[in-house]
Amino acid sequence: MSALLEVSGITKSFDGFKAINNLSFSIDAVELRAVIGPNGAGKTTFMDIVTGKTRPDAGEVLWGEGSRSLLKMNEAQIARAGIGRKFQRPTVFEDQTVAENLTMALRADRSPFAVLRWRPSRGSQARVEDLASEVGLAAQLARKAGELSHGQKQWLEIGMLLAQEPRLLLVDEPAAGMTLAEREQTTTLLCRLAETRAVVVVEHDMDFVRRLNCKVTVLHQGAVLAEGSLDHVTRNPDVIDVYLGR
Amino acid sequence: MTRKPFILQNPSVLIVLAVLAVFTAAVTAGSAAYGSGVIPTSMVKVLGKTLCLALAAVAMDLVWGYLGILSLGQMAFFALGGYMIGQWLMYARTETIVAASLAQNPIPATPQELQDAVTNQIFGVVGSADLPLVWSFAHSLTLQMILILLVPGLLALVFGWLAFRSRVNGVYLSILTQAMTLALALWLFQNDSGFRGNNGLSGLQNIPGLDHVSQATLSVWFLWASAAALALFYVLAAWLVSGKFGSVVRAIRDDETRVRFLGYPVEGFKLVVFTLAAMITAIAGALYYPQAGIINPAELMPIASIYLAVWVAIGGRGRLYGAAIGAVVVSLLSSWFTGGRAPSINLPGYVVNWVDWWQVALGLTFVLVTLFAPKGIAGIFDWLGGVLPPRRQGRDLGPNDGAFQEAEAKA
Repeated sequence: MSALLEVSGITKSFDGFKAINNLSFSIDAVELRAVIGPNGAGKTTFMDIVTGKTRPDAGEVLWGEGSRSLLKMNEAQIARAGIGRKFQRPTVFEDQTVAENLTMALRADRSPFAVLRWRPSRGSQARVEDLASEVGLAAQLARKAGELSHGQKQWLEIGMLLAQEPRLLLVDEPAAGMTLAEREQTTTLLCRLAETRAVVVVEHDMDFVRRLNCKVTVLHQGAVLAEGSLDHVTRNPDVIDVYLGR
Repeated sequence: MTRKPFILQNPSVLIVLAVLAVFTAAVTAGSAAYGSGVIPTSMVKVLGKTLCLALAAVAMDLVWGYLGILSLGQMAFFALGGYMIGQWLMYARTETIVAASLAQNPIPATPQELQDAVTNQIFGVVGSADLPLVWSFAHSLTLQMILILLVPGLLALVFGWLAFRSRVNGVYLSILTQAMTLALALWLFQNDSGFRGNNGLSGLQNIPGLDHVSQATLSVWFLWASAAALALFYVLAAWLVSGKFGSVVRAIRDDETRVRFLGYPVEGFKLVVFTLAAMITAIAGALYYPQAGIINPAELMPIASIYLAVWVAIGGRGRLYGAAIGAVVVSLLSSWFTGGRAPSINLPGYVVNWVDWWQVALGLTFVLVTLFAPKGIAGIFDWLGGVLPPRRQGRDLGPNDGAFQEAEAKA
């Protein structure tokens, strides 16, 4: 199976500090991957580069069957190509209703004039209702997103990501600020999503990663330190040294 | 969920249209030309101009209240619209007058002589004998009307493209828009810019071909045209911000980065709204200046655009009717207070003369509204309609910003 995302030899430094140092990395089209690493290992910078927020100093990021370079595209184009990103802090549009938030995220033509002509259809409304019930917000459709609890906002954002139907989902610390029950739900959802697409989870919490039961990539000082199953990487002496030993 | 027609989804549009219709009918009934004459022609003109300002405020609200760009250069588009219609008004009228006087000559004037005479009439005051290139279309009403949309639209498009593409935001963008209108004003002040420098264009109240129609009648016609334009573009603006497009535009205002990650071309949306608002503002200007009679580059000074922002803020930004109400109320109050007819307040030892103190009062109101009533006058309607913001008093129930607070959870 060919890789969906191929990151090769990217380097990025901020004021001389090398956040990413010759990082190479690839994700298959259907895969669940956890990326772990201590603070400052370059996890967020890696996501920023893939989603177009930051440009690397060197290296190449290739996407999809045609191996298109993502470095020539802006954030919106990358998102339209099929990369969805879940932020650490839930970012939903608080002044708008849950239904409006989800409708905005629905897969559709994004150009201004197409959006101007867009009208809700029976299909789009059904899709919004389905998504809302999938993330447990079916009863909150008419409420403003700003009135939701922290956990509900997290779920709304996940619902918006699902609405985008991305081929690759980048998830930044999904378990942060969630209760134990919510974490369980999140794990189940992420595993199910990974059955049909690529999901990359950046996480701090080892227990959560263990529950995902997937291939793990350990980042350290902007490069890959180890890769494999969680048991495999936790036996790696380098990993114990820099991350687990602390 | 069934879809209701647009008007039923937005009852405020219907109310605004009804109020506008009643207002127009009342002014017509009181005008000297079509009614009792209790409203003098000068007052009809003031009211007509006020409707144009309300239209400019609605466009400003699109840009500021919905898209989140505090543009301090909107009146540049307003004045450009005025200049474009003014060119035709002045040229065509001068042509009629000159043609009439040349007709008394024993030898009929050639078209060239006629044009030279017109040029001399218009540009003699700035010491120029050639018709500037920018007046090439001034003989044609149709072409100048197209220019009313084209010139401000293109300016907004190019300016917006440059600014939005480099992701200039917030206060820097505001300063940039202010610089744009200032630069344009300074250029127009020059005699060789082709727009008669600081003399501006005058005599715009006389409509060529309508010499037989009195100013009293014309003023009512312009009132109708202004009301029609306000109604039309109010509905357009309300439609624009009602659907998914409005949703995306408000999302850009609240969190531009997030909208990008949803895959929306943020710059494209900003350009569409900014350019459309510029063209609406230009139409408002094109209707305003024939009622004002004169336009000069002072109209483009940043202070005019800042006033517009103040009206929208006091009226209530993010509500189209708020912007319109703000423009009407504040501009009418301003002209009353600065007109010298407002009674002075006699304090012991000092007399508060409103002509001097109105600006201070307005500035103070602006600050107070921004601090304590950010929804402005439109907030009163929310209050009447029972739409109250959640009361956020009491202790936090959770650790996060979005968590419920004690008082809310009980309700």
